[in-house]
Amino acid sequence: MSNWIEACTFDDIDEEDVMRFDHAGRTFAIYRSPDDEFFATDGLCTHEHIHLADGLVMDEIIECPKHNGRFNYKTGEAKGAPVCVNLKTYPVKVEAGKVLIQLG
Amino acid sequence: MEKGMVIIGAGECGARAAFALRETGYDGPVTLIGTEKHLPYERPPLSKDAMVSEHHPLPRTIAEGTQFSEKRIDFIGDTTASAINRSEKNVVFEDGRTVEYDRLLLATGAIPRSLPQAAGSRYCVTLRSFDDALAIRAKFRPDARIVIVGGGFIGLELAASARRRGARVTVIEAQARIMMRGVPTEIAQVIDRRHREEGVTIRCDTGIVSIADNANNVAITLSTGDVIAADLAVIGIGASPVTGLAEAAGLETGNGIVVNEWLQTSDPDIFAAGDCCTFPLAIYGGRRVRLEAWRNAQEQGSLAARNMLGSLEPHQAVPWFWSDQYELGLQVAGLPDEGTQTICRQLDDGAFILFHLTDDGRLAAASGIGPGNAVAKDIRLAEMLISRGARPDPIQLAAPGVRLKSLLAA
Repeated sequence: MSNWIEACTFDDIDEEDVMRFDHAGRTFAIYRSPDDEFFATDGLCTHEHIHLADGLVMDEIIECPKHNGRFNYKTGEAKGAPVCVNLKTYPVKVEAGKVLIQLG
Repeated sequence: MEKGMVIIGAGECGARAAFALRETGYDGPVTLIGTEKHLPYERPPLSKDAMVSEHHPLPRTIAEGTQFSEKRIDFIGDTTASAINRSEKNVVFEDGRTVEYDRLLLATGAIPRSLPQAAGSRYCVTLRSFDDALAIRAKFRPDARIVIVGGGFIGLELAASARRRGARVTVIEAQARIMMRGVPTEIAQVIDRRHREEGVTIRCDTGIVSIADNANNVAITLSTGDVIAADLAVIGIGASPVTGLAEAAGLETGNGIVVNEWLQTSDPDIFAAGDCCTFPLAIYGGRRVRLEAWRNAQEQGSLAARNMLGSLEPHQAVPWFWSDQYELGLQVAGLPDEGTQTICRQLDDGAFILFHLTDDGRLAAASGIGPGNAVAKDIRLAEMLISRGARPDPIQLAAPGVRLKSLLAA
C-alpha cells in the first residue's frame, strides 16, 4: 500500500502546469495547481491515448492537446465530449521538496 | 403535440448534436438519420491511424449502440433523406417513409470534389467514409505506386501513411506549393521537406491533363508532358458542401447552406451546422466562412442543438484545426490570412509558432509545427488571446522565455 514513488521535485513544474512522468512502463501526469498543490493522474487521455502533459492547465482543468477533451485533474472527472471516461487519479505528497505519488 | 427534433447527417456534427439535445434537457423524440450503415464514427483517423494500424481497423464510434438507446436517440443508418416539406414540417426518406419535426438540423457534411479527368477510372478514388478508407488501405502495400492528386491535408496525411506502409508516393499539386489554403509558407516548407526526406516526390505547379486506365494500373498524363503510372490514385482536391436537400427545399445556399450567427437557415425552424454550412465568423467582423474541420463540426453540432431548443447563443468559436504527418504535428488557430505581419516564436526541438497580427496589432491567428503535440499548449493559449481580441506585445510573443499564459492576464 505504501508504494510511494518520487516523480519530480517541487521546482520541476511551474505553477498551474503539468509534466509527464514515466515509471515502470506506465505514464503519468503530475500537476501543480495555481495554489501550489500537487496532483497526479494517468498520463494518457481516455479518448485517444494522447499525452495529457502536452496539454494546457487552466485552474483545476487539464485539456487534451489534440481534441480538447477536458478533465478535472484533482478528481479525474471527464468534463464532456469527446471524453466520457474519467481519468484515474493517484495520491500525491510533497516531502523535502520532492513530489511523491502513490501507485496502487 | 411534440413532433420532435430531426437531424439529417450522422457524422461528427449530427451525432454530437443528438447527444447535446439530451444534455440540454430535451425530452422529446430525437431522430438521427445517416447515409452510412456504421454507427456514427470519427473521421480524423481515416487518413492516419486507420491507414497504418497493424490490425484491421474498425470505425472509431462516437458512441456505442447502447448509448443511443439509453439516450433515446433513434439512429437510422443506411438511409437517405430525399426531401424536406417545410409546410408540413416533415422529412421524406428515399423509401417513402416520413418523419415529422418541430426543428430540423442539416448536418449533411461535404463530399470530396472529383476530378473530371478521373471519371470512370477504376484506379482513382477519393476518401470520405470508413469504407473508402478500407479500400485505400488495401492498396497501400510495399512498393505499390501511389499517386496523390492534391497537396492539402488529406492528401499529405495519406502520403505519409502510404510511406509508412512502404509504398512509393508521388504528390501532384496544381498550385505553387503544398497546403496553399490556410497554412503559412514557413510551415508548409517544413512539411514539404519532411515528405521529401521520406522519399515522397512532390510536384507543384503541375496539372493533370488526362487519366487512362490500363489493365492493372492507371496512366496519368501531367501538364509537364510526363506520364506516370500508378496502382492507385487518390484524388484529394477539396470537398463540396452537400446542399441539395436544402436547395430543393428553397433554403438560401451559397458556398454551403447559409446560416446566421445562431446557425439558423433562412427557415427559422431549420438549422445547419458543420462542413455543410457557411456562417459569419464573429471574431472577424462577420466574415462568412465554411470550415471543414473536426472541432468546428463538434462545436457547431452542440451549439445548433442548444439553439434548436431556443437558447439562441451566437457562434463565437475560433477556427482550429490540426494535421499529423510522420512525427510532426501542425496546429492552426484562427485564419492566418487575417494577419498582415508575422511574429515567430522558437520552441524546443525545432518547433515554432507563428503569430499572425493585423495592422493594428490584434492577434488574428497562430500556427505552429513541431514534433508530436509540442505546439499544442501555446496554440491553445493563442486561441484564447484571439477570442479576446487581444493586442499582445510582439516582443513578448517572440520571446520564448515569456510564458504566453502571462499575456492572458494582461
